[in-house]
Amino acid sequence: MSEQLPPQTFRVTRADLIRYAGASGDFNTIHWSDRIATSVGLPGVIAHGMFTMALGGRALAEWAGAPDAVVEYGVRFSRPVPVPDTDEGTEVVVTGVVKEVTDDGLTRIDLTATCNGEKVLSLGKALIRKR
Amino acid sequence: MPLDPSFVGRSWPATPPYQVGREKIREFATAVGATAAEHHDPEAARAAGYPDVVAPPTFPVVITMAASRQIIADPALGLDYSRVVHGDQRFAYARPVVAGDSLVCVNTVDEITSRGGHDFITTRTEVSTEAGEPVVTVWSKLVQRGEG
Repeated sequence: MSEQLPPQTFRVTRADLIRYAGASGDFNTIHWSDRIATSVGLPGVIAHGMFTMALGGRALAEWAGAPDAVVEYGVRFSRPVPVPDTDEGTEVVVTGVVKEVTDDGLTRIDLTATCNGEKVLSLGKALIRKR
Repeated sequence: MPLDPSFVGRSWPATPPYQVGREKIREFATAVGATAAEHHDPEAARAAGYPDVVAPPTFPVVITMAASRQIIADPALGLDYSRVVHGDQRFAYARPVVAGDSLVCVNTVDEITSRGGHDFITTRTEVSTEAGEPVVTVWSKLVQRGEG
């Protein structure tokens, strides 16, 4: 079986990164200072990888219909997500495919996130328990 | 400088307990846009079978990132944090984290490798309650980019 799940689109702005920095305790300067980000070869401020992963977690919860569905969840951070200092920011799109339903009723999903058409989360794998 | 391979297989003493607060879960859930009532409203969480509000799935990184400083800040490991990027991340849950949990972390280095001039370190953090109930296992792979 290989059921395509409805893609989930998330807008990401600088304000989201500031809020995530505060909530997570990750104050790495590349997530809030263009000056530092460009000095290390990035196009500008980038999103926390863990913020993008959290958006993937929201997509899983949405597909499962439950906020406590995630049993396993892993990703690779394949590319940074640049977040311009504009009102629009950028957009992350999370797509998923159901790979199997296990004998104990869990659903195995392959997940991908893209930004500007490029993969930012690859090898995303999750196991969810639908309520 | 490559990472010290003798760190592979090493474990560290459990970290001091982290008290998971209801407001911290609400703050984190709000920051990632997780609006489900179970993250914010204790009544809704109780109706779903939990003692208090439930954390979103990536919340444990708040605890494990701080706990992993035990390993990555050890000068003997030889990690230059200014060249580090996050490679992979994985969570395997026994149950979700809920407000009121008092959680301790035991860190282990699972793997250190080198490829194409880059160094890779995979840490595993076993997160359990102070009473010893397993909650979640968290793997994190960091990449130290080659110099120049």
